[in-house]
Amino acid sequence: MKVVIDQDKCVGAGQCVLLAPEVFDQRDEDGVVVLLQENPPAELHDAVRQAAQVCPALAIELAES
Amino acid sequence: MTDTMSGPEALPAFPMTRDAKCPFDPPPQLMAAEPMSRVRIWNGDTPWLITDYATQRAVLADQRFSADTTRPGYPVQSEAVLARRRTSRPFIVLDDPEHDRQRKMLTRNFMIKRVEAMRPRVQELVDGLIDAMLAGPKPADLVTEFALPVPSLVICELLGVPYADHDFFQACSKKLVARSTPADEALRAGEDLRVYLLDLVAAKEKAPTDDMIGRLVADQMASGELSREDVASMASLMLIAGHETTANMIALGTLALLEHPEQLAEIRDADDPGLIANAVEELLRYLNIVHSGRRRVATEDIEVGGRLIRAGEGVILANDAGNRDESAFPEPDRLDIHRQARHHIAFGYGVHQCLGQPLARMELQVVYSTLYRRIPTLELAIPFDDVQFKHDMVVYGVHSLPVTW
Ligand code: HEM
Ligand code: SF4
Repeated sequence: MKVVIDQDKCVGAGQCVLLAPEVFDQRDEDGVVVLLQENPPAELHDAVRQAAQVCPALAIELAES
Repeated sequence: MTDTMSGPEALPAFPMTRDAKCPFDPPPQLMAAEPMSRVRIWNGDTPWLITDYATQRAVLADQRFSADTTRPGYPVQSEAVLARRRTSRPFIVLDDPEHDRQRKMLTRNFMIKRVEAMRPRVQELVDGLIDAMLAGPKPADLVTEFALPVPSLVICELLGVPYADHDFFQACSKKLVARSTPADEALRAGEDLRVYLLDLVAAKEKAPTDDMIGRLVADQMASGELSREDVASMASLMLIAGHETTANMIALGTLALLEHPEQLAEIRDADDPGLIANAVEELLRYLNIVHSGRRRVATEDIEVGGRLIRAGEGVILANDAGNRDESAFPEPDRLDIHRQARHHIAFGYGVHQCLGQPLARMELQVVYSTLYRRIPTLELAIPFDDVQFKHDMVVYGVHSLPVTW
């Protein structure tokens, strides 16, 4: 799985950080998402998929391999 | 039905009324509506009503639908809101790019790590209020003794608003969220709050403070990115949004749990913060307290769910119905604190999705994990049928909740 984020779209709601803190964080100045790992291990895939599903700004895209 | 022939009088009125016997459920007429239909609102306008989850999310994620209440065709909540929004324009009623510019100035305050750092302080406030309630007379009104003070104290500390003034701003915000407030009274309440907050901003210009309003004054206002009016209008939005909502979730959530004692017991005895967090999401979904629908207006012709919404037509997204859509939540009318409810739309969806959601979640997690553990014999002090629900408020809940232990 490859995770792609769009920082321009992100509205800083933090949903992704709650669901997958190993993969997503927020930058200090404005709460916008930052990606901690582009290719998360299999055990995190469910949480990452959920994050992509609930992100209100459609800022998380997944390329499943 | 020949809805092109019959006039708007023939359309169902919105908002619809709940069944008095099922105060936790959305209005039956709303649940029976087609996924997309037309309704009639207070001013005679006939916006679209959308009730299914998927279409609601699609519309809320599509910025061709505007949140600007002053655009022709926007389905305004009430005469009071219409009057007030001509002068007070916080970013909840602005579109991008201006909405995004203002929201981004605040997001860092609600970052998950920032909010987590506040958890011990919220725990302390919650414990203090419970101590005071236990030391006071029985029965007690859970709303005034606990549900309102928790979020009010928290938002006051965060914003830098003196809690001593809570009677004043709670009275203002109560008028602003009642659908029935006459326009002139709502205008006055909004104006009183604006003047109060402008004074507070002026005080923070003279004597800087390290809180949310203080930082807006020292950074964005000093640099000219925000005017004094902008800061006051942001503060007013956060003050109202920050306590009315969470307070109703605390009181109504407690009532719902008292009606589901096995689930209350599970929450009370839970060692697992994951179960508490899950219960919070489910209660947000099930109760959906912001119950008058998210509202938008189409800025161009847009095809949605196989129908054409024309430029200038209003749209009401009934998220209370969306959160009971069985295609998204199996057996939607059942409260089940173990279900996967994380994708609910009780905080809205799209770029306007609640800015304060990390804070609201944390406060509710602290409250639900503490209140029933500290007062295991908590019970309603009046018959359930005598509880007064906030049918006429933009935010649903109970007016008071007499409890004993
Ligand atoms: C359980 C509690 C809460 C609920 C159910 C709730 C619900 C909502 C909803 C449904 C919206 C979307 C409005 C729209 O789509 O037009 C919203 C927006 C907003 N909420 Fe909350 N809210 C809660 C708590 C809070 C708290 C604690 C704050 C703290 C400051 C807050 C601040 C805001 C702000 C500033 C917006 C506007 C966001 C924007 O337009 O970008 N809310 N809320
Ligand atoms: S869930 Fe989406 S909008 Fe929220 S912080 Fe993550 S990427 Fe940004």
